[in-house]
Amino acid sequence: MAEPVVQLERITFAWPGRATLLDIDSFTLQAGERVFLKGPSGSGKTTLLGLLGGVQLPASGHIRLLGADLAGMSGSARDHFRADHTGYIFQMFNLLPYLSMLENIILPCHFSRLRQQRACQRHGSVQAAALHLLGHLGLDQPQLRNQPVTELSIGQQQRVAAARALIGSPELVIADEPTSALDADTREAFLQLLFSECRALGSSLLFVSHDAALEPLFDRSLSLHQLNRASRAEVI
Amino acid sequence: MYLLRLAFRSLLNRRYSALLTVLAIALSVTLLLGVEKIRNEARASFAGTISGTDLIVGPRTGSVQLLLYSVFRIGNASSNMRWDSYQRIIEHPRVDWAIPISLGDSHRGFKVMGTNGDYFTHFRHGRDRALVFAEGHAFDDLYDAVIGADIARELNYQLDSELVLAHGTGAVSFVEHADKPFRVSGILAKTGTPVDRTIHISLQGMEALHVDWQQGMPARGAARVDAEQARSLDLTPSTITAMLLGLDSRVATFAVQRDINRFTGEPLMAVLPGVALQELWSLLGVAEQALFIVSVFVVLTGLVGMLTAILASLNERRREMAILRSVGARPRHVFSLLLLEAAGLALAGILLGLGLMYLVMWLAQPLILSRYGLFIPLSAPGLWDWGLLGAILLAAIIMGCVPAWRAYRQSLIDGLSIRT
Repeated sequence: MAEPVVQLERITFAWPGRATLLDIDSFTLQAGERVFLKGPSGSGKTTLLGLLGGVQLPASGHIRLLGADLAGMSGSARDHFRADHTGYIFQMFNLLPYLSMLENIILPCHFSRLRQQRACQRHGSVQAAALHLLGHLGLDQPQLRNQPVTELSIGQQQRVAAARALIGSPELVIADEPTSALDADTREAFLQLLFSECRALGSSLLFVSHDAALEPLFDRSLSLHQLNRASRAEVI
Repeated sequence: MYLLRLAFRSLLNRRYSALLTVLAIALSVTLLLGVEKIRNEARASFAGTISGTDLIVGPRTGSVQLLLYSVFRIGNASSNMRWDSYQRIIEHPRVDWAIPISLGDSHRGFKVMGTNGDYFTHFRHGRDRALVFAEGHAFDDLYDAVIGADIARELNYQLDSELVLAHGTGAVSFVEHADKPFRVSGILAKTGTPVDRTIHISLQGMEALHVDWQQGMPARGAARVDAEQARSLDLTPSTITAMLLGLDSRVATFAVQRDINRFTGEPLMAVLPGVALQELWSLLGVAEQALFIVSVFVVLTGLVGMLTAILASLNERRREMAILRSVGARPRHVFSLLLLEAAGLALAGILLGLGLMYLVMWLAQPLILSRYGLFIPLSAPGLWDWGLLGAILLAAIIMGCVPAWRAYRQSLIDGLSIRT
């Protein structure tokens, strides 16, 4: 069996001078899995994503991405690792306003040689890879391409952000409430697109949201409350 | 390379504040380079007030003082030298030419200088430029006067204009030589030196003015000598104020200087104009240095403005930094991005400032030439100028480290979380 994409073991984390925020015994995300992680704001969600991105290190425990222990890497190596293997989609305003749609999508390829190579392998060039993704996400109308990204609708912006997270086929896509600014119809359409692209590229998806309505669409659903012993203690 | 493009695009996105920052730096650079250029030209022009003259000879006094009154027409001589000393000095075997200078009168605030025709042949200024007549010619008549360009312009004198000289050198004089008016025979072209503000008359004319004076007062009644009567008198002056010497070779300068300093007839001194000019400039140079220091501070102000603009933008750009971090930019990329931004702004400001300086110089060149007689050539920036510009860029990069460091720290703390 393939190495799990994400593996957390007995993780604890606290901001300096604060109480323990995260205390996770175990969490695993298998390759190709789509997991829904439910958590209201303030539940340590952002911190967990920071840990998974290697931006913060846990006080104790192990975080393994694709079998590699983040704690054993230097800060720069963790940055490198994140660039190579993780795509991010944020809540909203994901795009750099001064770059075109295509430039926004290609952005990760400038910081990760691996993702650039993968994109080129599959499509010949990073541009072709970006255009391919745009086609799949329904953004291939030529008039959109020359528009400033700030003039795209929020739904369109999120799809561009998805394309950026997916270019170069990272093993892990982390989405942090990417649908919260979308209306109900667009939300589900967006998710379906995201799923099909993740499937096509073989990427695992960790989807964080407080919107329980989306839960049934995923392979597996977890509540950060149940996962995080620190917050359980607080509630009790 | 890609970071450079990102920095450029990001700046383009904030083009108005970026443009203002660039403009502030450009204006300060224009000022600094302009001041530098004018400073250099003023120094060169000052050094060119007199050229080709090997020695200035006068009664013993300070060398700067001798230079001041004989060349710059500032102040008065405290004593004179005798005419026979002049004649003995021009007999010196190494002396090629000599110009006698006799001062003491004025006309509406402009100094009157008595001399002879050798002045127009041998006097040189700037880079070996001779005096040129814009109109008319040197004096042939006893009561002819040759006026400088500024006098002609300011007093609106033409050829044949009549002028009455005044005794003494004040702007307002109560004793005028009204009985012996002079006539303008020539107007000199602009030189940018004190020559422009001098009225030149012959030594004989100078003598004629004072021929009937006794004990520093004009004669009265029968003792008066009118203009026509004066012509028949012996008008050889008994004293002059100073003299300029040209030698047959530069090498002889120190030998002749020594001979004059040891002159037995009366106490005289000879100074090298270059040395005296240097000495005088070291006094005046303070103002020039102050100007330079002020413009350096203006440049620093421009750079601090840039620093402020970048620092102020940092907070609203935390999202931009977080997005960059999420797509794989490392904190050092964020640092470089901000540093490139500062360097880019400064470089654009420097280049624009350079262009602006040349534009201003090109526009102002004819004006400065006609008003101040200062020719400012549009020469390429010299090594010193490039050095200054390099220093500005370096200062900008050093200052750029401040926001770069802040953004670096911020991006380490914020990580991937978007805070706005």
